[in-house]
Amino acid sequence: MSERSIGLLGERKKARLEELARASADKGGVSLVRDAARRLRRNPVAIVGAIIVGLFVLVAAFAPLIAPHDPVQRFDELTRNLTVDNIPGASSEFPLGSDPLGRDFLSRLIYGSRQTLFVGVLATLIGLAFGVVFGALAGAFGGWIDVILMRLTDVMLALPSLLLAITLVAMASKSSQWTVIFAVAIVNVPIFARLLRGSMLAQRESDHVLAARALGVKERNIVLRHMLPNSLTAVIVQATLTFAVAILDAAALSFLGLGDPDINRAEWGLMLGVDGQRYFEVRPELAYYPALAIIVVALGFTLLGEAMREAIDPKNRR
Amino acid sequence: MLRVIVRRLLQLVVTLIALSALIFIWLRNLPGGPVDALLGERATPETRALLTKALGYDQPILVQYGKFMQRILTGDFGNSIRTGDPVTEVIGRAFPATVELALAAMIIAVGLGVPLGYLAARWRGRFLDNLTIAGTLLGISIPIFFLGYLLKDVFTQNIHWFPPSGRVSTGIDNTNVTGFFVLDGLLTREFDAAADALWHLLLPAITLATIPLAVIVRITRASVLDVLNEDYVRTAEAKGLRHRTIRGRHILRNALLPVVTAIGLQTGALLSGAVLTEKVYNWGGLGTLITDSISGSRDYPVLQALILLAALVFVVVNLLVDLSYAFIDPRVRVR
Repeated sequence: MSERSIGLLGERKKARLEELARASADKGGVSLVRDAARRLRRNPVAIVGAIIVGLFVLVAAFAPLIAPHDPVQRFDELTRNLTVDNIPGASSEFPLGSDPLGRDFLSRLIYGSRQTLFVGVLATLIGLAFGVVFGALAGAFGGWIDVILMRLTDVMLALPSLLLAITLVAMASKSSQWTVIFAVAIVNVPIFARLLRGSMLAQRESDHVLAARALGVKERNIVLRHMLPNSLTAVIVQATLTFAVAILDAAALSFLGLGDPDINRAEWGLMLGVDGQRYFEVRPELAYYPALAIIVVALGFTLLGEAMREAIDPKNRR
Repeated sequence: MLRVIVRRLLQLVVTLIALSALIFIWLRNLPGGPVDALLGERATPETRALLTKALGYDQPILVQYGKFMQRILTGDFGNSIRTGDPVTEVIGRAFPATVELALAAMIIAVGLGVPLGYLAARWRGRFLDNLTIAGTLLGISIPIFFLGYLLKDVFTQNIHWFPPSGRVSTGIDNTNVTGFFVLDGLLTREFDAAADALWHLLLPAITLATIPLAVIVRITRASVLDVLNEDYVRTAEAKGLRHRTIRGRHILRNALLPVVTAIGLQTGALLSGAVLTEKVYNWGGLGTLITDSISGSRDYPVLQALILLAALVFVVVNLLVDLSYAFIDPRVRVR
């Protein structure tokens, strides 16, 4: 796990994770987390991924400073010649030209990083939260709780992911950004739950849990302090990869007309899925730029996630 | 082995029953209730009461559920709200189109993916390997509907290599036998029709194949790399076995297990991609049907049947994947 990705979790979590890792590592050895972080820093793939993710977050954070114009304002210079067949292209004041409503396309792209980050992070976090609770309960208690929760994940996994998301959106009476976020989040719940349950079950059989039990540590503490923290790494890696999937799924929902209906909101998935598709023949740039943004960011998270997965793989430990 | 099959089948049935119960609850809790969903908001109280009685919504919930299950099991999903045709007919018309598209996509993905993954592993770190890995990363990061538009733009607008959309050209007389247009053309010896259908099929199939292709390449590569380092491969080499024998019997066969899993999972997941691909190419299969049943007013009878069908196909494919292990790996058979 990289220093950067832990940094995203906040300082307190970071300190806690490291403390836990230290506690569980063999005395005199190198902690799993630190060992993985060292390997990660040497991996160029991880660095490229981290740079992309870092830039993306920076652009999102400082969007008002970077963007030349207000993303929702319709400019007279742009609307004057605007028709369905003619969307003004680049000019010195509007470097990427206009969007279909006469707004500055570049500013919308820059502000779009915010909404994309928001949707991606929230969908991932909500999915992660439910998945961790489900997986931890199933893995910690076993028995009928495990059976019920796992059958429930079976039902959710019985549909291909996008189809499940479509079904969930269709269940809501009307779509908003929240239906998209929740649909994408729920799709990922069974994946996180399964992953965590699997590694918790493996932890249950491990020596350090046995030792803790022999020492008379309370069951609750065994689960919370010994099993859970040691099982979380795989889940965190998965969360990094999930972010990429989340923004792609959100874009797909927009493309199918099930996305956020707010026309003021600038989000890459919406820009690509709605305007990009509708005006592809007139001005393909309306699709190219948001698509490029999505691809690069998805790639960044995938690279970082893959590198993290490789780094925590015990096979690569030296 | 038999016990495993029986247990898995039971699990499958339980999963599907649970899903049908969830769908039942969902349909019962639609905004305004199922009757409003069928009639629209402007129906008079009288027609509403009439339909409520006719559909049995005035009866106890368990009785309703029993009837719901009975109808599903006998294949009666009611009529489509949009067209008024029986749901089974609507789905029956669209089904072959999607199966044809999915099959073509899987042939491309497996036919290209396994050899590419194998070659990338053999020449690990070389140019081909790096190129392949970069390609797969791009493949999973690109929104496939965008790729679809891109391919369509390049190959149908700029260079006219492929037809832009649909399954056949107008003017081609295609006798319908199975609903699989390429197969139909071959069966009836209308080879021009078969060629035309294949022509229409290629671009959508390539679009749909990108994600499974990327996944299969990556898994094949990783799996072959694992096996290459095994002791028995070195032993086989030391014994002086022919490279072809080692490659076939020792490496590929052992590396195949995770690849088969991936192929199965990707086949099941193809419907996700099909929804997007079919919309881009106006394909008229299940994916188009899903989109049409959701946009605007929702066609619940069709949706409900589609969801159950998708789940059935998905879990059965996954079951077949698990069972296929026994044929590839004798160790599974013993357990």
